[in-house]
Amino acid sequence: MKNLHISTTVNGDQTEFVCAPDETLLDVLRNRLGLTGAKEGCGTGDCGACSVTLNGRLVCACLVLGAEADGAEIGTVEGLATGDHLHPLQSNFIEHAALQCGVCTPGILVAAKALLEKNPNPTDTEIRYWLAGNLCRCTGYDKIIKAVQIAAAEMRNA
Amino acid sequence: MALDSEKKQVFKVVGTRPARPDGIDKVTGRAMYGADATAPGMLVGRILRSPHAHAIIRSIDTSAAEALKGVKAVVTSADFGAPEDESIRDVQDNCMARGKALYHGHAVAAVAANSAVVASQALKLIKVDYQILPHVTDVDEAMRPGAPVVQADRAFENVAAGFSENVTSQCEFGHGDLEAGFAKADKVIERSFTTAATHQGYIEPHACLASMTPDGKGDLWCCTQGQFHVRTVCAEIMGMDASQLRVTASEIGGGFGGKTTVFIEPVALALSRKSGRPVKIVMTRDEVFKATGPTVSSSMDVKIGMTKDGRITAAQARLRYQAGAFPSETVTYGAQSAFAAYDLKAVETIGWNVLTNRPKEAAYRAPGAPMAIYAVESVVDELCQELSLDPLDVRLKNAADKGTKSSYGPTFEAIGLRATLEAAKAHPHYTAPLGVNQGRGLSCGFWFNFGGNTCVSLNINTDGTVGITEGNPDIGGSRASISQMAAEELGIPYEKVRTIIADTNSLGYNDVTDGSRVTFSVGLATIEAARNAIKVMCGRVAKIWGIDEDAVIWEDGCAKPSGPNAGSFDPMSIEEIAAISANTGGPIAGHFEVNADGAGVSFGVHLADVEVDPETGATKVVRYTVFQDAGKAVHPDYVEGQMQGGAVQGIGWALNEEYIYGKNGLLQNPGFLDYRIPVASDLPDIETVILEIPNPGHPYGVRGVGETPIVPPLAALSNAVSRAIGRRMFELPMSPPKLLKAMSQKR
Repeated sequence: MKNLHISTTVNGDQTEFVCAPDETLLDVLRNRLGLTGAKEGCGTGDCGACSVTLNGRLVCACLVLGAEADGAEIGTVEGLATGDHLHPLQSNFIEHAALQCGVCTPGILVAAKALLEKNPNPTDTEIRYWLAGNLCRCTGYDKIIKAVQIAAAEMRNA
Repeated sequence: MALDSEKKQVFKVVGTRPARPDGIDKVTGRAMYGADATAPGMLVGRILRSPHAHAIIRSIDTSAAEALKGVKAVVTSADFGAPEDESIRDVQDNCMARGKALYHGHAVAAVAANSAVVASQALKLIKVDYQILPHVTDVDEAMRPGAPVVQADRAFENVAAGFSENVTSQCEFGHGDLEAGFAKADKVIERSFTTAATHQGYIEPHACLASMTPDGKGDLWCCTQGQFHVRTVCAEIMGMDASQLRVTASEIGGGFGGKTTVFIEPVALALSRKSGRPVKIVMTRDEVFKATGPTVSSSMDVKIGMTKDGRITAAQARLRYQAGAFPSETVTYGAQSAFAAYDLKAVETIGWNVLTNRPKEAAYRAPGAPMAIYAVESVVDELCQELSLDPLDVRLKNAADKGTKSSYGPTFEAIGLRATLEAAKAHPHYTAPLGVNQGRGLSCGFWFNFGGNTCVSLNINTDGTVGITEGNPDIGGSRASISQMAAEELGIPYEKVRTIIADTNSLGYNDVTDGSRVTFSVGLATIEAARNAIKVMCGRVAKIWGIDEDAVIWEDGCAKPSGPNAGSFDPMSIEEIAAISANTGGPIAGHFEVNADGAGVSFGVHLADVEVDPETGATKVVRYTVFQDAGKAVHPDYVEGQMQGGAVQGIGWALNEEYIYGKNGLLQNPGFLDYRIPVASDLPDIETVILEIPNPGHPYGVRGVGETPIVPPLAALSNAVSRAIGRRMFELPMSPPKLLKAMSQKR
C-alpha cells in the first residue's frame, strides 16, 4: 500500500504528513507529528485517553484514520493553552486535584472542553454522562466533575 | 529508629493544598509516559503469545520470521539464562515461557523490526509446535487431587495432605481456644464466599524502551512503580552488573501494584542486545489483560460466633487464593488482615495458595486483604441482622484498639479504628432515610502499611532553594507531599523546593512504590535529610559567629542564636548561608538512608447506599462516604483522592469487574468493553472524612493512606445489596444477572 500525503490543520497550524492508508490518526499524531499528549489506553475506543476533536466533533483518535484528517481541523490537548495562559479547565484540574497519574487527563480535558462548548452550564449528571467514555482509574471521578463545574462557572463569568 | 517523643503539632506547610509540581506537564500533554519516549534507530518490539491455556512447547521455528526483511532480532526462552534465584526465575519464565505455556497469553517469542507492520507480520511467521495439556482455572478445582498440575514440585512441605500439587503453600495465624469461644456464642454463622480475579486497570499499558550496547551497558526507560527493583530483576536475568544497567522511571499512568514487577522489560533488553539497536515495546490492552496484573480470585469459608449483645466470641476463616501459574504469598496478607479490625480472644485463619492456568498474579492495592475482609464483614453483617443489632455498635463493641493483640500477632500501637467508627456513627449519612429498593451497608477496612529501604538526597542550592532527589515513582502526588515536608522542616515556602525522581545510577537503592510506603518512608527520610542539612548549616553559622554549634538553632528558615547566653547575632537566612557556602566549606547537603520501620497500620470505614433495580438487577450506588485515619494528611486533596479512587476501584470489584474464563481455559473478556471498570455516570460523589490519629513511628505522625480504601467497598456494597434485596449475597461481582437470579429465588 502506498502512503498518502495529507494536508490538515492541527491546533490551528497548517500541517502536512504522509501516512499509510490503514494508519490511525492517533499513530500519526504520536509517531509522525510528535504530539504524544493523546494516549493509547486501549486502541478500541473504550477508554477515551486519545480523545481529540475532528472539525469540532469529539472523537477517539484511535478509531479515526490519519487519512481522514485531510482538509480537516484537528484539536488536541497540546492546543488547549494559549501561549503561557492555561485554559480554565487546565488550571482548575491542577487547582482542584482532578488528576493523579494524569494519563487520562489529556483526553478528559479535550472531552470536557467539547462539552462546555455545547453546554456552558451542565449539571453534574450531564458532565458524568458526557465523560462516561473517558476512563479514569485513579480519582473515582469526584474531583474531575467538581473541577469541570468550577471551570464552567469561571468561563461563564469571563 | 528513634521516635520523636513529642509529635509535631503545629504545621505551616503540611496540611495545606499546594499545586502539584507535575500538574502543568500533565494538563498540557507534556508529561512523558512509558510509550512517549523515542531513541535514534529505534525498533518496534512485539510479543507472540500462547493461544492455549496449558501446552508443552515442543519446538519453535523462527527461521521464516528472521528471514523477513526488516526483522532485526527474534528471541525465545533459548535466549535467556537460568537465574539461580527462584523468584527471579519465575519472573523470567513469566516474561518468556520456558518449555510450557502456562496460561492463555503467556509470551513464547518476540521480534524486533523496523516497523510495527513488519513486526506483526513476523509474529505470524513464527511456528510454535504445541502439545495441548488439560488445564484448570478454578481455584477449588485446582486444589482437588487429580487436577491438572500447573507446575510440579513447587509445594512447600507444610502444606497439609489431601490436596493436589497445585497447592503450593499454607499459612496459619491466630490465638485462643476456638472451641470454647464458639461454645459461648448465642449465634454461630458459617458461610462460603467467592470473589473473581480483577485487574488493576491502569489506563497506561506497560511500555518500555531498552537500549543495550555491545560493551555491555544498558539503559532502560519504563513505566514502573520501582526502577531499582526493575534493575535488580533485569540485571540478574540479563547477567549484568547493576552498575551497568541504568533504569529511568517514566511518568507512570497508574499502577495500583500492577507495575511492581516486569513483563516486557527483559524481553526488550534481550531484543536490543541481539539487534544492537534500541527497542521499544508497548503492550496492547489485550496483552495487558491476558498477561499482566490481575489480583487473585478466591474461595473462602468464614465462621463467627456472637453473643446476643454483640460480642464476638470466636472467629475462623479458611482462604483459598489462586494466584495464577506461579507461587505467591498474597494469601498470607489475606490471612493476616481478615480479622485485623477485631479484638478477639479466639481467632484462627488458614490460607492456601493455589496454582492455576491463569496469568501470574501481581499486587493490587492492599493485596489479599479486600477479599478476606469482604467475607468476614459479610458474616458480621449477617449476625447483626440475625441478632437485631446495629452494625456500627457491634463493630465499636469489638473494635481493635491500642494494646489489642492483633489476630495476626503484633500488638497494636495507637490506631484510628474507633475514631473512624465513631465518625461514621455521627455522620448524617448513617441515619439518612432510604428509599424503595435501597439498602445501606458498611464495612471496616485495614492495611498494614510498609516502610522499607529508602534513600533521599537533599541539596541546598547556592541561592538557598532546595532540590530533593528521591527514588520512588510518584503515583499519588508524592512529589508534592515530599516537597511540603522538606519545606516544613526547613521553614521555607513550598515553592522553593523541587523534588525529582532519580534514575538508578543517581541514588542508592529504594524499595518499590508499594505498601503505601512513600509518603511515610520517603517523607521520614526527607525530614531527616533536612535535619542533617540544618545541622550542617548551623555548624557553618556557628563558625562564622565563633560560638558553639549547640548554641545555634534553626527557626523559620534561619539560623539563630539559641538564647541570650549564646551571644547577640542577627539571624542568618538559608539564602545568606547558601550564598557564602563556597567560603564556609563548600556545597551544603543533607542525606538520609534507612530501612524504615514504624509504618502505622491504617483503618477505614465505608458507608454505602445502593438501589437495586428489580427489573434488571442493576445496582446503582446512590451515596458513598469514606472515613479513614491518615495519621497526618500532608496534602489533604491527595489523601481524599486516594480514598475516592480506592473506593471506586472497590465498587467496580464488587459490582462488575471479573476475569471470565471459558471452558477452553481462554480469557473471554480482555478489553475495557467487556471488562467493565466504573465510569463517571455509574457513580455518585464520593464523600470523604479524614481522621488524624498520629502514627508514633513518623516525625509528623504520617500513615500510608493509599491501600486501605480499596478494602471496605466489597463488603459495604454486598451488605447494602443484601439488605436492599432481602437476600444475602455470597459471590462477587454482584453483576445484574446474578442479582436477578438471587431475587427470583427469593420469590
